[in-house]
Amino acid sequence: MGKQLLINDLDKDGIATLAGYKTHGGYTALEKALKMKPEEVVEEVKKSGLRGRGGAGFPTGMKWSFIAKPPGVPRYLVCNADESEPGTFKDRYLMQRKPHILVEGMIISSFALGANTSYIYIRGEMMFQYHILEKAIQEAYDAGLLGKNILGSGYDLDLYVHCGAGAYICGEETGLIESLEGKRGNPRIKPPFPAIKGAWGCPTVVNNVETLAAVVPIINMTGDEYAKIGIGKSTGTKLISASGHINKPGVYEIELGVPVEEFIYSDKYCGGIRNGKKLKAVVAGGSSVPILPTELILKTAKGEPRLMSYESLSDGGFVTGTMMGSGGFIAMDEDTSIVKNLWNFTRFYHHESCGQCSPCREGTGWMEKILHKFIEGHAETKDIDLLWDIQGKIEGKTICPLGEAAAWPVAAAIRHFRPEFEEYVKKGRSMIDVKHYYRINNLQPA
Amino acid sequence: MQQDSSVSKYSGKKHVKFSDEALALAHKIMKRYPEGKQKSAILPILHIAQAEFEGWLSVETMDYVATLLKIQSIEVYEVASFYSMFNLKPVGKCVIEVCRTGPCWLMGAEDLVRFIEKKLGIKEGQTTPDGMFTLKTVECLASCGTAPMMQIGETYHENLTFEKCGAVLDEYKNKGEQVSHWRKERIKHHSDIHR
Repeated sequence: MGKQLLINDLDKDGIATLAGYKTHGGYTALEKALKMKPEEVVEEVKKSGLRGRGGAGFPTGMKWSFIAKPPGVPRYLVCNADESEPGTFKDRYLMQRKPHILVEGMIISSFALGANTSYIYIRGEMMFQYHILEKAIQEAYDAGLLGKNILGSGYDLDLYVHCGAGAYICGEETGLIESLEGKRGNPRIKPPFPAIKGAWGCPTVVNNVETLAAVVPIINMTGDEYAKIGIGKSTGTKLISASGHINKPGVYEIELGVPVEEFIYSDKYCGGIRNGKKLKAVVAGGSSVPILPTELILKTAKGEPRLMSYESLSDGGFVTGTMMGSGGFIAMDEDTSIVKNLWNFTRFYHHESCGQCSPCREGTGWMEKILHKFIEGHAETKDIDLLWDIQGKIEGKTICPLGEAAAWPVAAAIRHFRPEFEEYVKKGRSMIDVKHYYRINNLQPA
Repeated sequence: MQQDSSVSKYSGKKHVKFSDEALALAHKIMKRYPEGKQKSAILPILHIAQAEFEGWLSVETMDYVATLLKIQSIEVYEVASFYSMFNLKPVGKCVIEVCRTGPCWLMGAEDLVRFIEKKLGIKEGQTTPDGMFTLKTVECLASCGTAPMMQIGETYHENLTFEKCGAVLDEYKNKGEQVSHWRKERIKHHSDIHR
């Protein structure tokens, strides 16, 4: 346990530059891949069991094999660097510290897909990382790693960075494609899937930054070896963005299968809850996934230790489990108001709904208003049921998964923390608000 | 009646124009997309437009971008109004964007916003009378491990306390007129790139 493949050498000198990256084994995977056939590269990725690291966890090799290959039509690879899921900051970190692993991963993946033009769609806010990527790409062009006839293989690739302008919805792959085409980021109805009709009507694959970076170690070590890392169908390593009330927030690369308890309390990772407080709840995979109380995040309903893996985190379905998601691990201590936190998340989804589908456009707004009633102290018991009703009428009734992303946190909060909603109804506020009031005004509770 | 092409047919105001440097950059970016799909360059070019014209997009600016991309003005308006980074009203020299979502909120972003409001004497969404600061709250900026945080121009200011935040704002205030309009660096950085 404890293997690292992506951020193991960040302390090495100049790892962000081409020279430094090459000194520490960079671009060997590209050399190897260019000597293989494209379908052999796809096969290696299939064997590795790599699953999309952006949130959905769909097998990458399978996604690649869906791409249509009509003759004479260009294909595109687009890297999804529109990292906007609250609680997730691993891609920004990776691109800033080791941009060439993404560039190398993209060249290999574009080669495997037969794409001759590829784009990195980065958030407009991340200008700092945008310039780092532009510089890395320029270095790669100058060294003959991009452009015409890469390393004498006869393969051509142009790689460009495209910046967004502030819209969570553009992280959804068809929303991202619309945005790349210069439109509002309204997700498309599927089918057709992007692999058949994507950017500018051509076959397109959209992959997350971490997914494309992971292709590099897979080619270096072979898919079979990569599949030995991790646990069960959760192969390899995963970057976890840890935030909230923990002692050591930051990005950690874990071998899939580390126990959640170890991840939270070990000094190797989060280092426990800060200020000696108790853990109250965890959102394990970015704000969209169901929140779990301490007892259910540390152990499954069956009493087995819960592990950081796709299967273990979703053990018990949504009744007692959650999801791996994007790996945005948000820990909340005992002084956190779950209702207020939920209002904050719901405001986010209301703000970010693109407005295409009524259930999401209207529903997220209603939920935000009702939750605001709770924290203002005007809510009634029937409002809890109303919230439950609305979330159920958003889930599964929208073009893209933003509907689910907005509904799941509400459902889970009511499911696991109903008494806290009831306390707001009864007293107009919760004990936590009282504590917070005393704390910020430097008063001692009577 | 003959239409004067140097005047916007919607606002009647004279069209604006990019500097040579920005125009060259805009044309470079348009070449990054397949032939005939130059509309794809709209987001990068609107960013350049904001950097060129004091941090916001006026109707004249958007009309100009439409002529550059050879598309209808409405296509620019609908995009500009969708994305939160585009300001459709004038902003201060220094736009403060405080992250308000999830982990930042857990770590005290709300109190931080109140602190900045008090320090600058403005409310969220307003600009100081001297035109120096505009205060905005924004959704998650992917810096949750260093919460609470704010972005000014291209710089992330992380792990903020009231003291640290106050010091950062003082620093910008002292720079005064030297503070370039937000994200002006965008054009400068780009000039080193050959493609």
